[in-house]
Amino acid sequence: MDKIPILRMGELLLVTIQVDLHDRMAVQLQDDLTDRIVQTGAKGVLIDISALEVVDSFIGRMLGNLAAVSRVLDAETVVVGMRPAVAITLVELGLELPGVRTALNVERGMELLGGGHVGRAQG
Amino acid sequence: MATSKIPEIVRKHEAQILEEWLALQQSSSGGAGSAERRNSSASFLRHFTAALQHGTTNVGDRAWADTREFLGHLSRSQARLGAKPTETAWFVLSLKQPIFGRLRAEILEPAVLGEEIWTATRLLDALGLYTSEVYQRSREEVIARQQQELMELSTPVTRLWEGVLAVPLIGTLDSARTQVVMESLLEEVVRSGASIAVIDITGVPAVDTLVAQHLLKTVSAAKLMGAECVISGIRPQIAQTVVHLGVDLGGVVTKATLADAFRYALWRLGLRVVPAERAHDERRP
Repeated sequence: MDKIPILRMGELLLVTIQVDLHDRMAVQLQDDLTDRIVQTGAKGVLIDISALEVVDSFIGRMLGNLAAVSRVLDAETVVVGMRPAVAITLVELGLELPGVRTALNVERGMELLGGGHVGRAQG
Repeated sequence: MATSKIPEIVRKHEAQILEEWLALQQSSSGGAGSAERRNSSASFLRHFTAALQHGTTNVGDRAWADTREFLGHLSRSQARLGAKPTETAWFVLSLKQPIFGRLRAEILEPAVLGEEIWTATRLLDALGLYTSEVYQRSREEVIARQQQELMELSTPVTRLWEGVLAVPLIGTLDSARTQVVMESLLEEVVRSGASIAVIDITGVPAVDTLVAQHLLKTVSAAKLMGAECVISGIRPQIAQTVVHLGVDLGGVVTKATLADAFRYALWRLGLRVVPAERAHDERRP
């Protein structure tokens, strides 16, 4: 079975989803990611979904879960590179992913985890 | 109808029927009988006579395809020229009188005459209805096209600053327009890499729960892509309505004017606008 690679970059973990995610892969990813966060003591996780073209409610919920689980392990998660069509679909499904931080691309996401200007609402 | 005498009679008196028909059209619509009207009437009658010879009075048949096509073409151009629906339908329906006249002159037996007139009426009514239908359809096409153009016109996404987009909304927001606004905004976010988008609703006449929900959807979608949305241009009445309706805009930054929203956007980007003189001073070591 295909596995989603999890790359380590300093204190961050980078998960790049390059294929259409099916349910079993998503569950596997959740297991792998939590293991890696514990192993490496990562402070942040970037999930790049720029190649993801199709989402359903399960994948949407899973993204929310990944962020919640990482937060429990003290790693901030940023979902980056969401496509317009995917964003619209998630909103129409009523999955607005509260609690998940988002950024336009990997670079912005790293800025966000490093403490850039635009990020968490300040006022 | 195999035994009908209509085809034969119409063919025999085609020229005469045409003259009577033209005179009738002219008297009902007024104005001089233009060459164009004569032309189209003559061609229609030709198609009509030819189709009649096939012996069927069902206008859905293949025998009537030419006639239908001709009529469709005619009423479409009439609709584009702004002709009245009555005029368009009357073109076909006025053919009844000359044809009935010929039938009366040729058929002497009352029972047969009644039968034939009924057949002719049904046939011409069907053609008349077809004409109106095409006319209606082409008018609807015009309306749909205008709606589309209006939609494209009224949802521009502009760049206010490096990383700041503005969407000035004009007119009522329905779900179709929200979809267009959302799509064009998100596409522009990707293209320009903007991190803040200002949705200005100064031109939105009323905000009800549905419009508010549409706005919130747009804001959420932009947020999923990593862009923050600011809603600006909220007029006093609209602010009151929103609160009365109990719409929760809690998660969204709202500003009274586009200027305020712009200032906020600059602040979020860590920028500020200062008078030129002071800026000059600050640059000096």
